[in-house]
Amino acid sequence: MARATDVTKAQGDLYLERLTKSFGDFVAVDDLSLTVPQGSFFALLGPSGCGKTTTLRMVAGLEDPTAGRIKIGEADITELKPFRRPVNTVFQNYALFPHMDIYENVAFGLRRRGIKDVKTQVMEALELIELAQVAKRKPAQLSGGQQQRVALARAIVNRPAVLLLDEPLGALDLKLRRQMQLELKRIQTEVGLTFIHVTHDQEEAMTMADTVAVMNKGVIEQLGAPTDLYESPKTAFVANFLGQSNLFPAAVLEVDGEDIVLEDSDGRYRMPMNRVAPSVSPTRGGRVLVGVRPEKIHIERLAESDATPADGNYVDGTVRSSSFMGVSTQYEVATAGGEIISVFAQNLSARDLLSEGDPVRLTWAPRHGFVLNGSEDMNAGVEAVTAAAG
Amino acid sequence: MSIAAAIAETADEGPKGPPPKRRGRFIPYLLMLPGALWLGIFFLVPLVTLFLTSLQTPVAGGDVGQFEQTFNFANYPETLTDPNYYVPLFRSFLYSASATILALLIGYPLAYGIAFKAGRFRNVLLVMVIAPFFVSFILRTIAWRQILADEGPVVAVLRVIGLVGPTGGVYPSAIAVVAGLTYNFLPFMTLPIYASLERVDHRLVEAAGDLYASPWTGFRKVTLPLSMPGVVAGTLLTFIPAAGDYVNAALLGTPKNTMIGNRIEFTFLSVNDYPTAAVLSFILMASILIMVLLYVRRVGTEDLV
Repeated sequence: MARATDVTKAQGDLYLERLTKSFGDFVAVDDLSLTVPQGSFFALLGPSGCGKTTTLRMVAGLEDPTAGRIKIGEADITELKPFRRPVNTVFQNYALFPHMDIYENVAFGLRRRGIKDVKTQVMEALELIELAQVAKRKPAQLSGGQQQRVALARAIVNRPAVLLLDEPLGALDLKLRRQMQLELKRIQTEVGLTFIHVTHDQEEAMTMADTVAVMNKGVIEQLGAPTDLYESPKTAFVANFLGQSNLFPAAVLEVDGEDIVLEDSDGRYRMPMNRVAPSVSPTRGGRVLVGVRPEKIHIERLAESDATPADGNYVDGTVRSSSFMGVSTQYEVATAGGEIISVFAQNLSARDLLSEGDPVRLTWAPRHGFVLNGSEDMNAGVEAVTAAAG
Repeated sequence: MSIAAAIAETADEGPKGPPPKRRGRFIPYLLMLPGALWLGIFFLVPLVTLFLTSLQTPVAGGDVGQFEQTFNFANYPETLTDPNYYVPLFRSFLYSASATILALLIGYPLAYGIAFKAGRFRNVLLVMVIAPFFVSFILRTIAWRQILADEGPVVAVLRVIGLVGPTGGVYPSAIAVVAGLTYNFLPFMTLPIYASLERVDHRLVEAAGDLYASPWTGFRKVTLPLSMPGVVAGTLLTFIPAAGDYVNAALLGTPKNTMIGNRIEFTFLSVNDYPTAAVLSFILMASILIMVLLYVRRVGTEDLV
């Protein structure tokens, strides 16, 4: 008993060591290792079925791992029953107890741990979520957003070593979701607990988390700060799943000092070596994927007199379609080499609008592109975005 | 004509026909009519007749079973103070309460097992709960005579453990009556509890476990309270008919185990004392009604989901 008590009070970083979970033949989580530093806001991002929820449920103790260890600080919690773990969960559907009022819902965890005087802590938690006035109501009498906050208070009041959030904002409408994203971030900063947030919504992950792990098919594709993931994706899946990317195949021509030079039927591209994903071998003739985000591309009408730009990569093409979106216009440009490249152009003035059939030149700075391994599927993650949105 | 065309035509007809609002107003009443007629003819009318019968007095110098319509309310206190009647009445409630508690103790775990642990055998088990209904109520009750007979397996086991003496038995006795009642009403207890357990969101139980509740505490604090509507329905569906039952007492008990149902039957059909039998029927109904009201108020179902 004494040992169990020590473990339930465990503090420290969360370690997942070579965690695997299979359901029959299906491997939901495949040899996953991960360290989540204490006090960080960590997001597990991926399409449905990528294993993120299974990972979360293993940390909560609701699924038993097939292999691997889970540790909090020094304490191994792999074998512990859920109710002995210093971990609390905010469930996707909130799972508030419908027969108890809000106060009792929040007090539930404290009471189970034998704390006699729960009032101060419960009211503090309710004030944190700004819902002290509804303490005596039943969950069914609250709006979705309020229920969501109560679910958060019910978990936070226990001051767990790790707080798990399973798609916590999934059921809310867009406006409320944005509001709750900021709210969650504020609360996390205020209480300083480790948050692990599972979501399929890349915007949600990037807004809130310090560190994002992009998961696909049971493994982590890439892990890092939101800006790193967005600016320097290491795989086609990450490039497509986080925001939009133009990816097109090219071949390595040479490595020229700090730069790599690539070539395809539309021309040559020069990029710094630090923009090349580690999985790429920069040997002459090696197949790669060139990537560039649509908003990094500068689009302008092509004039006969235009000379080759001294600095920067460029492609010439014709506008195939344009859609005006208010703050920006999205163009689809067909290149001579048969690629379709999409471009977001800020609407600085209405005069600049291009129309279908216009010859254009697309340019972008070498440091804005990235180079991925050519053996990857260019469309990886594209369907996942569509599926996750649906 | 294609289906699409038919639909289009019906849709076209809409505005031309009578306004749907006016026609729709009468539909609920129309739907209620058969049920209301049934209740009126087969419940309300007999209830009034029975009440009138309960106030009748014997015709002076008349034959056995000859009564005239009066409004003799003294029939009620007279019957109530007669130990020939209040003892079986009290016994009825004692037996049916015992049977209800036993059925709850058996039926709840059974329903829980079927709802949460049975997996793909769930439907088979549900059919098995209902299966006894395919055999007549009387036959099943008579079968309990064999089960509880002195030469039967139950008594043999009880004798070995020493719960009954070497010559003792359980049939006929109060225990046999309660056993019969419990058995006969068990499905009425199990099915409503199953229905409400099945609706309990399993994620709530997970949430309780996540919030430091052991499986037993989680059951006590979450599953059990959420299944209370089923428990209330099940206990009522068992207690009410069991209190008025006379088959089990007649087939499995001794004359010392008669219940109020047996007394009413006897008074109506053998003694031909219709007013007293009617009074007993009304007292039974009234006492059940009062007990049920107290019980429902005590358990407070409106607080539940």
